[in-house]
Amino acid sequence: MGSLVLEALTKRYGTSTAVERVDLEVPQGEMVALLGPSGCGKTTTLRMVAGFVPPSAGRVLIGGADVTRAPPHARNTGMVFQSYALFPHMTVADNVAFGLEMRRVNRADRERRVREALQLVRLDRLEDRLPRQLSGGQQQRVALARALVVNPAVFLLDEPLSNLDAKLRGEVRMEIRSLQQRLGLTTLIVTHDQEEALTMADRLVVMERGRVRQVGTAEELYERPADPFVAGFVGRCNLVEGELETPGGFRAASGALLPCLTAGAPAGRAILALRPEHVRIAPAADGPARLRAVTYLGAQTEYHVDLGGTPILAIRQTPGAEEPLRRLAIGDAVSVSWDASAARLLPVAQTDGQGA
Amino acid sequence: MLLPSPGRIAFGGLVTAAFALMLAPVAMVMVISTFAQEIVSFPPSGFTLDWYVNAWQRQEFARGFVSSLQIATLATLIGVPLGTAAAFALVRGRPRGGAAMQTLLLGPLAVPGVVAGTALYMFYLRAEFWLDRDITSTLEGLVAAHVLLTIPWTVRLVTASLQGLDRAAEEAAANLGARPFTVFRRVTLPAMRPGIIAACLFSFIQSFENLELSLLLVGPGRTTLPVAMLNYLEFRMDPTLAAVATVQIILVAVLMLITDRFVSIARTV
Repeated sequence: MGSLVLEALTKRYGTSTAVERVDLEVPQGEMVALLGPSGCGKTTTLRMVAGFVPPSAGRVLIGGADVTRAPPHARNTGMVFQSYALFPHMTVADNVAFGLEMRRVNRADRERRVREALQLVRLDRLEDRLPRQLSGGQQQRVALARALVVNPAVFLLDEPLSNLDAKLRGEVRMEIRSLQQRLGLTTLIVTHDQEEALTMADRLVVMERGRVRQVGTAEELYERPADPFVAGFVGRCNLVEGELETPGGFRAASGALLPCLTAGAPAGRAILALRPEHVRIAPAADGPARLRAVTYLGAQTEYHVDLGGTPILAIRQTPGAEEPLRRLAIGDAVSVSWDASAARLLPVAQTDGQGA
Repeated sequence: MLLPSPGRIAFGGLVTAAFALMLAPVAMVMVISTFAQEIVSFPPSGFTLDWYVNAWQRQEFARGFVSSLQIATLATLIGVPLGTAAAFALVRGRPRGGAAMQTLLLGPLAVPGVVAGTALYMFYLRAEFWLDRDITSTLEGLVAAHVLLTIPWTVRLVTASLQGLDRAAEEAAANLGARPFTVFRRVTLPAMRPGIIAACLFSFIQSFENLELSLLLVGPGRTTLPVAMLNYLEFRMDPTLAAVATVQIILVAVLMLITDRFVSIARTV
């Protein structure tokens, strides 16, 4: 068991930078998710922790010890691979026993610990099967047991749920989280699925193009995103480019004036971030806003509104059959509104033109 | 029970016909080897095993058989490790020009055996002159030539089995504390095993039944079974050859069956 510290960890391939000065501290027992679109450097970061990718600069410390130059077999990390990477010619029990064998654990202890690990993931009756005789979900649990049985200092998960079907994914998510908490595992999980990250991790690291954009809890990232990228990546968000006028409000590029709190914010170019569930919508006799599309999702309904040239998404609880909202047709005039405090002003991204 | 559809019946018929076409000559050889008369004709006047006795008593077949066994065994023992190493380097090293090297290694499959045999013969004569020792019609010369036959098969089969292994499995082993050599021994090698076993089988068979490549390289006192059979055929047409061929067929079939117990040939090749 131990903490994990990354110091200015960097990976360059020739002139392109895959990971740029990533700093991160994961205290003992915490689960942190590296979240970002594909190619953002999250997997490279994880592989540097495991020792499969040598960093170009920076340090990796596990339990306080510098392992930056240590080979993978000397790092005491337990990794679960996206493809599970089970040894195809070994039985379930032999797969799980492999790490103990490498650690020269004697036979009796080995058998006991393999049994316990398989019980932990509820696979104790499949010991003698070969991986190809197991379902995807079972293979995944073998991979978990194999990584956990050696009591790794750091538990590493690389997109562990991406090969499971949607229903199973939800179950395994809860299972991994409860195992992690019960065993007090210092854990780093890589995922591109924000829901996965939000539900499993204590803290999230949002990455983009090799850089850390923001580190925080799910609430912090959702309610106080630091930049438009984070706002757009964690949860859905209306991102409107424009200029802040004081006094008055936010003037969208399309010309519409949108309400927001102006106090303390410097005038000038900015991006207005507005969560769609904060947008209210009502039928109107006339006005600049027109309904463009309605998506019925059962409990919720999405309304795509054109507000004088600015697209605004509103997500509301699906109204009852008798309510006037239900009778809205495409092209109808509507009114949209939100509390000024719900709209956040974010700096225009320096590096990219990330929009809505 | 449902009646099979016309399509299924036609498919079954086609498969049966294809197998019949492939196996008929083999079956024919085996049957003819027991015909009693010297000139093969139908219906046979009777059945006998005399031709087998005759084959065994003729020195050239017995010697050729032993010689072919030796050559095939040695060529396999040399060629398969070489081909395996080449396949490993090609898949893992990803060398510059790897595709070209792969094609080159498969080359012996594309060059007609007689052409390769002639080329080798001329090369051997040159080498004999320079080295001042015999190479043609020696065991070493034949083995070296037959190694050529084993390499394409080995490269092919081992490459396929290596490509079937998830690299992450090797990383997982390292992650669990295995040093590089242990990773190779415990994860990589077992993955290559079916390919290597199949390569041994095919290499052996390729060498054992080869005629064209050996034709010019054999000499008095050192000949292979197929060449001995061809020589015999020049003067006589009796079923002795069918008897020898039957022994060959049975040997290969037994090898196939034994191999299939260790690796599923249908799945590996």
